[in-house]
Amino acid sequence: MGMLFDIIQYGFMQRALLSAIAISVICSIVGLFLVLKRHSLFGDALAHVTFGGISLGLFIGVYPLWTAYIVAILSAVGVNKLRESTKIPPDSSIAVLLTSGLAIGIILISISGGFTVNLFSILFGNILLVSNDDLIIIMITDAIVIPVIYIFYNKLILITFDEKQAKVSGLNVSWINTLFIILASITIIASIRLVGVLLISSLIVIPNITALMLGKGFKKTIFISCAISIFSVVFGIVISYYLNLAPSGTMVLIMISMFLVTIIAKNMKFTLNKVLVTKN
Amino acid sequence: MQPIIKVLKLSYYYDSIPSLDDISFTVDKGDFLGIIGPNGAGKTTLFQCMLGIINDFRGEINLFGSDIRQNKKTLQRVGYVPQKKSVEQTFPATVKEIVSLGMIGKKINKEAIYNAIKFVELDAYTDKRIGELSEGQQQRVIIAKALVKDPDLLILDEPTTGIDSATQERFYDLLKKLNKDKRITIVWSSHDMNAVERLANKVACIDRKLFFHGESGDFFGNDERMKSYVEFEMQSHMNLHFRRTEDGDNNLEKS
Repeated sequence: MGMLFDIIQYGFMQRALLSAIAISVICSIVGLFLVLKRHSLFGDALAHVTFGGISLGLFIGVYPLWTAYIVAILSAVGVNKLRESTKIPPDSSIAVLLTSGLAIGIILISISGGFTVNLFSILFGNILLVSNDDLIIIMITDAIVIPVIYIFYNKLILITFDEKQAKVSGLNVSWINTLFIILASITIIASIRLVGVLLISSLIVIPNITALMLGKGFKKTIFISCAISIFSVVFGIVISYYLNLAPSGTMVLIMISMFLVTIIAKNMKFTLNKVLVTKN
Repeated sequence: MQPIIKVLKLSYYYDSIPSLDDISFTVDKGDFLGIIGPNGAGKTTLFQCMLGIINDFRGEINLFGSDIRQNKKTLQRVGYVPQKKSVEQTFPATVKEIVSLGMIGKKINKEAIYNAIKFVELDAYTDKRIGELSEGQQQRVIIAKALVKDPDLLILDEPTTGIDSATQERFYDLLKKLNKDKRITIVWSSHDMNAVERLANKVACIDRKLFFHGESGDFFGNDERMKSYVEFEMQSHMNLHFRRTEDGDNNLEKS
């Protein structure tokens, strides 16, 4: 704890911790629905599209975040419509999205002969470089995503559980799915600063599958997932600072460690119960 | 008295193949209509048209006096139990959370949620995850979800397929109670002819076309009609087999 108080005095560290916590919360909330809809890799695909969007912005000389938002939202909505109107399996449409985003990015980079910005931080993230403007964008994203999910919470659960039943309940499933995809898109874009394009799905998936293993209800699963995510990012930032490691990789490894510990603990509990039943 | 459901000259084509062909019938308040027919007869398609999931059908469907394509609000008065699908064990919603989803669009009433769970005799499992329950219990959760909004009409699409016979019997008792005690109109599709004979007061028999619609006794009490239905059902199986074979499904041809 002392280590945390030492580093919190630095402005860049305050911004890093605040933005990391804000990002981890929305990634956990949005991620739970993505995981349950079996769209775990959607975050990964969107991040790759964002990479294409950022490259496009840099190529045409527009602020890259805006092009990233436009390209990611349009692509996500397009893929969702493709999924609804054709028989293409969801994982295949996600693969199309992922590779097309990356391909666009690579071509634009090759045409321009490489950009002056640090591509490494786009690919792997660098939370310690978060500016005040970045922090404001992340906070605005939280202020949009959390209330909208709260308002549509039950409707999203029903659609995730069974789309047909949701339609019979009078819900405009297509509209709510589109809204959710837009929320997921802006969440991913805001999160690229934290872990980068290549590790984004870790924030979406790992805390949620860990929380799901603990066997609680929907609300509790969201809270547990947020807690795991917040602990991992905060602890990851502190450790990476003191050990001079890459923050994104450190955070993800902490999440994976918690996931593995949960699996082992669950298996031990199962074995112990079995032994006790056999003895009795 | 205005019928609860009025289906008039309903036809639906799936890739130019008729799934439903010129079907007309009505369901009155308090009816317990059993819909029977072979696999692929169009029972689920019929329900999806009635529930506004499929909208590009020909003909007319009125639910509580309104065209289902024009007025989806009438669905607020309908409880729907789809064909059994297994819920993943890790799906995190509890019984209470799933049942409360039935109140979407209404003010959440905790007492109504508890009463619905109690009615299906799952009050001991309120905080259990739905994925941890048996398939029969999961179907009862879906019924509780359908009941929590106090529907006037309950539509059940082969709800007991793949469920053991003891659980099926409990399920049938529950349906009977809903129809008799709560005066809920029930439309229910099933392959269990014995149960349909016991529970339903009216029967509709379809295989893309409407083969019979009327009083249950008129169908089950008429040996000629029953014999004709069995032959018709066997012929349907054969037709389905040949249709698939013509489509080039070699696996089916071998079987």
